[in-house]
Amino acid sequence: MTRLLAIDYLMIAAAAWGVIGLVGLALQRNFSFVAKGLFPFGALVGLLVGGVALLALGGTSQTAELVIGLPNLPFHLHLDNLAAVFILLLGFVSAGISIYAAGYFRQGEGTAPGVLCCEYHLFLASMLMVLLADDAYAFMVAWETMALTSFLLVTTDHRHAAIREAGYLYLLIAHIGAIAILLSFGVMTSGSGDYSFSGMREQELSPFWASVAFLLALAGFGAKAGLLPLHVWLPEAHPAAPSPVSALMSGVMLKTAIYGILRVSFDLVGTPIWWWGVVALAVGIITALFGVLYSTVQSDMKRLLAYSSIENIGLLAVGIGLALIFHSYQMEALAALALTAVFYHCLAHAGFKSLLFLCTGSVLHATKERSLGKLGGLIHPMPWVAWLALVGVIASAGLPPLSGFVSEWLLLQGFLFSPGLPHPWLNMVVPVVAAAVALVAAMAGFAMVKFYGIIFLGQMREPALKDAHDAGIWEKLGLLWLACLTLLLGVLPATVILRLDAATRQLLGKGLADRVAENGWWMLAPISPERASYEPLIFLAIIAATLLIGRELVHRLYHGRVRRSPAWDCGYHFQGPRAQDTAEGFSQPIRRIFEPMFRMERQFPTPRDRQPIYTVKVSDHFWYWLYLPIVRAAGWVSQLITNLQGGRIAIYLMYSFLTLLILIMVARP
Amino acid sequence: MISIAALIGQVFAIVLALALAPLLTGWVNQWRAWLQNRSAPPLLQPYYTLHKLFHKDVVLAHGASPLFRFAPFIMFGCMLLACGIIPSLSTDLPFAPAADALALVGVFGLARLFISLAAMDIGTSFGTLGARREMLVGFLAEPALLIIIFTVAMIANSTSLATIVETLAYREFAIYPSLAFAGIAFTFVSFAENARVPVDNPATHLELTMIHEAMILEYSGRHLALIEWAASLKLYAYSCLGIALFFPWGIGERDNFLALVAAIPLLLLKLGIGGMLLAIIETINAKVRIFRVPEFLGTAFLLAVLGLLVRLLLEVRA
Repeated sequence: MTRLLAIDYLMIAAAAWGVIGLVGLALQRNFSFVAKGLFPFGALVGLLVGGVALLALGGTSQTAELVIGLPNLPFHLHLDNLAAVFILLLGFVSAGISIYAAGYFRQGEGTAPGVLCCEYHLFLASMLMVLLADDAYAFMVAWETMALTSFLLVTTDHRHAAIREAGYLYLLIAHIGAIAILLSFGVMTSGSGDYSFSGMREQELSPFWASVAFLLALAGFGAKAGLLPLHVWLPEAHPAAPSPVSALMSGVMLKTAIYGILRVSFDLVGTPIWWWGVVALAVGIITALFGVLYSTVQSDMKRLLAYSSIENIGLLAVGIGLALIFHSYQMEALAALALTAVFYHCLAHAGFKSLLFLCTGSVLHATKERSLGKLGGLIHPMPWVAWLALVGVIASAGLPPLSGFVSEWLLLQGFLFSPGLPHPWLNMVVPVVAAAVALVAAMAGFAMVKFYGIIFLGQMREPALKDAHDAGIWEKLGLLWLACLTLLLGVLPATVILRLDAATRQLLGKGLADRVAENGWWMLAPISPERASYEPLIFLAIIAATLLIGRELVHRLYHGRVRRSPAWDCGYHFQGPRAQDTAEGFSQPIRRIFEPMFRMERQFPTPRDRQPIYTVKVSDHFWYWLYLPIVRAAGWVSQLITNLQGGRIAIYLMYSFLTLLILIMVARP
Repeated sequence: MISIAALIGQVFAIVLALALAPLLTGWVNQWRAWLQNRSAPPLLQPYYTLHKLFHKDVVLAHGASPLFRFAPFIMFGCMLLACGIIPSLSTDLPFAPAADALALVGVFGLARLFISLAAMDIGTSFGTLGARREMLVGFLAEPALLIIIFTVAMIANSTSLATIVETLAYREFAIYPSLAFAGIAFTFVSFAENARVPVDNPATHLELTMIHEAMILEYSGRHLALIEWAASLKLYAYSCLGIALFFPWGIGERDNFLALVAAIPLLLLKLGIGGMLLAIIETINAKVRIFRVPEFLGTAFLLAVLGLLVRLLLEVRA
């Protein structure tokens, strides 16, 4: 009896997820068993996956073969440190989401829970297989399974035409991406026919073909991640999907695309060229700016979060670009800094964005409303969700002492070194990108204040909100788990970076561990304490101490009396909920300052209107400048082709005959 | 290891900040009054106000949630932390490694987030108006501040404030043109961040022009006292940050107790001049419309980027 390796456990876990899915499908009539039995069990498997990956991190890489699929073409699997980081993310984050899902799905909402359970767990298993795959064949099979299962999950509520359309758009762009990825793999084999990743590593590509492979991979994985201009599916699919699915897609699935970009550009394709990094940096910063601008003007809470995901993916691409630039100039220590920021941001974003999406799920269940204009004041009936959402909001706004700030801080530290680049203009342009990153981070704060303030604070905008109920016990557990992850990632950066270091070391040959380990576990100083340091625990301690001691002192020295009264509001007596800002009102300054960035359809009331109506509809420029022309062109070409179809069999036979004739002429030996 | 002297210095710096911050506000108010031909309030007026407010009952609106009640404490804590890590008297601060200059921007950001959320909590029209405008000013000012810090950090090769001060004040003296741009940009940013005249008016209760005052309309009693105190701490912190980045001479080095003693009158002098300049600028400027604020802060941002480019183009090459 041989000892089981980490990779074996992971394969067992993937199989377990598959089995859970099938059991759910078989027993779909037994709703309570599916919800309260299978989903928590799936969460346990997730914990196992995360734990195994955590232990495997830093170890040697392991391989395995899985004899399924076509004869003589087994799936090659491989667990290395890069994969382990993302498996860790998948395991721990999905555990929280699965627990939440146990309490979330209801009967009679779209797809039956049993079928949903099957799709959900197959989705999890396919993501695990994507991360484990060691040849293009296994990778693409898993990748497509992931796309299909997530499509089915997005269209859970398939009775609504809008949701079907969103699903279709998602599937379309996922497949454009898949074609690009497939082509990229094809280029990397450079005709050798060896589709295993180790075979690709051995190929020496010319700079031209290497660049082609990189750009195809960036486009292909970018389509899945939501990089511009292939982001349009994201704001449609996320609001359409049930919240645990949005959380899983935004928190985990987008990261598999980031994994793909890292795998290709740092591992498979060989030495990077400096301008690859510039491309990633440029695409990333434009994506981030676009995402954050649009997230501030949304009126649908899940769309707001979806655009915020685009922003975060953009920041990740910026980090990857910076790491690639440093790596191409052999400045590995700095590349390690940027890459650590990327890994950290992947983990952080997976935690807080899943948390926020799940919170919107609870709000949606409690109020049946997704539109910010009909929410408000939910902190009173739903304190649990509100307080846990606050954790996600602070992290998402990139503020200390939570997780979003750590990665942002690391990224900015990386930017500070870019003047050392031995390239004439690059070392000047790159720091200016840092300015844009700063703008993105600050605007994310605006979007998050809008999100939180309008949903949870203020007066209730609809009378029905009084009957909103707090999340159930399963939902609370899931939210609590993700909030704890966010908090831990925020306050223990040095510990986490020491664990992540194995992956950085694998890709670059150098990591941050030596420098970080020189200082205490409470202190993060990636280069040296004189240069830059950050101690979130002390930070948290000082603020907590002020809160407690300050409160105590004030109460002792003076008093703690409180009198309740109506709000003052400058003595203005009409204080209905309609006097508060709407979602549109809150973002009005942004729409005004960045007017050319938006496509707006506005309707203004005239002074004589008895019932003045003001509407504004913000839509995406890309849709009108890029997608609709393509759709029209495709329609036009199809129209031309229909001319070939006469509907008579004799003509079709003639086509075949002509084709055959031409082929014989062309392919003559 | 942290020495006892350093710890005492740290505590002293924080206590001094707590004590001096209202004085600075009072000083600025006096100058404003003199310049506007009014008879000035006493220098100690802010202390009387704080004392009065702490005595008063808190009048809490019916719809207030717990967030509304603890936001002032968090804001106060953030400002206290900021004053603790900015070298005002000495660079030997045991708390300083807790947050470097980049994290300092995060500290201000956290305070702003909480006070804006608290402003939205009651659900009045002015509260949300204030929150929206505050976040607007915030997201315009924050990038400019970060770029200023970037410029200075590139000169000192460090984002730690203590190292920055030590580099600028005690290593070989050099004139950095980039610092001039950064300095002007910093002045713009600190006016916006501290709700001073071209952007906001601390004395106004005219509803359409308020930003900061609109947010704290519903606060009273000890909560209001904490917010007022935190606001003056913020002004103090920004003044100290400006002194540390642009006029660091006189801030004591590590392990030098005498310098610490000498630093106190020097700090008072610098703050006194700074407060006077602040009042003069406030008096000779008119408050701009809210939609001119992006232009104002856009200028600051461009100046800051210009400073960064000057640093990269002219100074690194030489």
